[in-house]
Amino acid sequence: MNLRGMRAIYVFEMSRAGRTLLQSVVAPVLATSLYFIVFGAAIGEHMAVIGGVPYGAFIVPGLIMLSILTQSVSNAAFGIYFPKFTGTVYEILSAPVSPLEIVVGYVGAAATKSVILGLIILATAALFVPLSIAHPLAMLAFLVLTSVAFSLLGFIIGIWANGFEQLQFVPLLVITPLTFLGGTFYSIDMLPPLWRTVTLFNPVVYLISGFRWAFFGLTDVPIAMSLAATAGFLLLCLGVVGWIFRTGYRLKR
Amino acid sequence: MFRPMQPIVSIKNLSKTYASGFQALCGIDLDIRQGEIFALLGPNGAGKTTLIGIVCGIVTATSGSVTVAGHDIVADYRAARALIGLVPQELSTDAFESVWATVSFSRGLFGKPQDPALVERVLRDLSLWEKKDSRIMTLSGGMKRRVLIAKALVHEPRILFLDEPTAGVDVELRQDMWAQVRRLRDAGVTVILTTHYIDEAEQMADRIGVIDRGRLILVEPKAELMRKLGKKQLVLQLHRPLESLPAGLAAHRLELAADGAELTFTYDVQADRTGIAALFDDLARAGIGFKDLRTTQSSLEDIFVSLVRKP
Ligand SMILES: Nc1ncnc2c1ncn2[C@@H]1O[C@H](COP(=O)(O)OP(=O)(O)O)[C@@H](O)[C@H]1O
Ligand SMILES: [Mg+2]
Repeated sequence: MNLRGMRAIYVFEMSRAGRTLLQSVVAPVLATSLYFIVFGAAIGEHMAVIGGVPYGAFIVPGLIMLSILTQSVSNAAFGIYFPKFTGTVYEILSAPVSPLEIVVGYVGAAATKSVILGLIILATAALFVPLSIAHPLAMLAFLVLTSVAFSLLGFIIGIWANGFEQLQFVPLLVITPLTFLGGTFYSIDMLPPLWRTVTLFNPVVYLISGFRWAFFGLTDVPIAMSLAATAGFLLLCLGVVGWIFRTGYRLKR
Repeated sequence: MFRPMQPIVSIKNLSKTYASGFQALCGIDLDIRQGEIFALLGPNGAGKTTLIGIVCGIVTATSGSVTVAGHDIVADYRAARALIGLVPQELSTDAFESVWATVSFSRGLFGKPQDPALVERVLRDLSLWEKKDSRIMTLSGGMKRRVLIAKALVHEPRILFLDEPTAGVDVELRQDMWAQVRRLRDAGVTVILTTHYIDEAEQMADRIGVIDRGRLILVEPKAELMRKLGKKQLVLQLHRPLESLPAGLAAHRLELAADGAELTFTYDVQADRTGIAALFDDLARAGIGFKDLRTTQSSLEDIFVSLVRKP
């Protein structure tokens, strides 16, 4: 094991976030605050209490998910895409580090940043609404698992992407809509039956539902399904990453 | 009895066909000796970068095998790569990093414990110490090249690959770089450089391999190559210009030049008899006098051109 090599990649990726502190922390905090002002305070007045949870609190898990899904994907995608783009990836490829160590370095850093981001948003939310967390350990577990899974997805996208547009494509055109439609701002029980059935095909529903259960004990879908969906997605991404390194896909010439 | 050392890099029947279908390397066999400076000389597109890329793990070979100090570069990639430092042809650097950070990163990446004193020495050797806190994007091209060399050296490799190290580099850096390469050789590091500047190979290398269109045409010690393929020319400045070569001189390899004012005689250096004495006899017999003479030796460049131009 080249632990030092793995650590070097991880620290490099973490320090990249330090340089873009404004972008990586201030922006999401500001965005979350705006959501609370608009949805929580202005609209929430007119919304019913959902399952005994005030609306302002109800949207917190979804908002955290919204941020960590998009940030995990774009952060990890950028992290590996940029060295490919500038050519500095030559050094990673020529170093005595294994594929697993490379993935742990890049994906670990992206996931760490997402977890920190999630906790910052949680703290910001706590300033606006009274929050209690029913299952804190499960909440952390969901946060970490989701961050890792979507950082892996981002890593795959970063390797696949051949341009900056492709890099933006998935977070912007796939993740964000799926999260908005996946019950961030409502319980899917509030939807008409047909639309509700359609929504069950949206994988993000299971993530948000599980995460919300950790907060309030409320679920849209059974908690076991949420766990299975998260773990399944994680394994799928791991499989794809393994295949990428076995074949050298888009990394080696 | 002379027993050759085990080669530090051993390349066997190596071929590479890119995804585009283009065959960049065809059956390369090459052994690099421990501690030598080896120059891989070839025109643009010959396959030099591809060959280095395969040894270093950036390009996947289509067939063939490579061992580095006995370690297979695929099966035993960790041991093989830990011994290698690579300075790539392109100036690929992390624009936003400081010189110090990027050089320290390389050491960690190669699994070595941090060693600030060593990083300092490497930076000083390459005249980068004053720039250690500068962001790389603020550096000139030559300085970036130095940073890449520092990154390659900081994990103390036993083999250094320099891919076209002096392309677009000023004279000062060129000299610094050669001084550094000689220091490394003295410290026992094997250096493999690619170049399409012949004078560079001639100046630096112990052995030269000529590569063209994916094939290794020859590998020779530099001195041997010069001796074997070197032609000498004797140029005579005549008293009176000649209209044409007199029939009595037809047996010699002579050419008239400079409007008949000069005679050029070409001969093999390593031949037992150069034919110079016979030429002088025949000149005297024909009554041709000369006021001055000089000899010229073909450079590696001429040798190279004659090799590569062969169909
Ligand atoms: N990724 C690639 N795909 C297809 N052809 C390539 C690729 N990289 C290099 N080549 C081709 O392979 C040949 C050898 O390239 P290279 O090894 O870079 O030569 P050199 O370093 O000697 O100039 C060139 O004709 C080049 O166009
Ligand atoms: Mg090249």
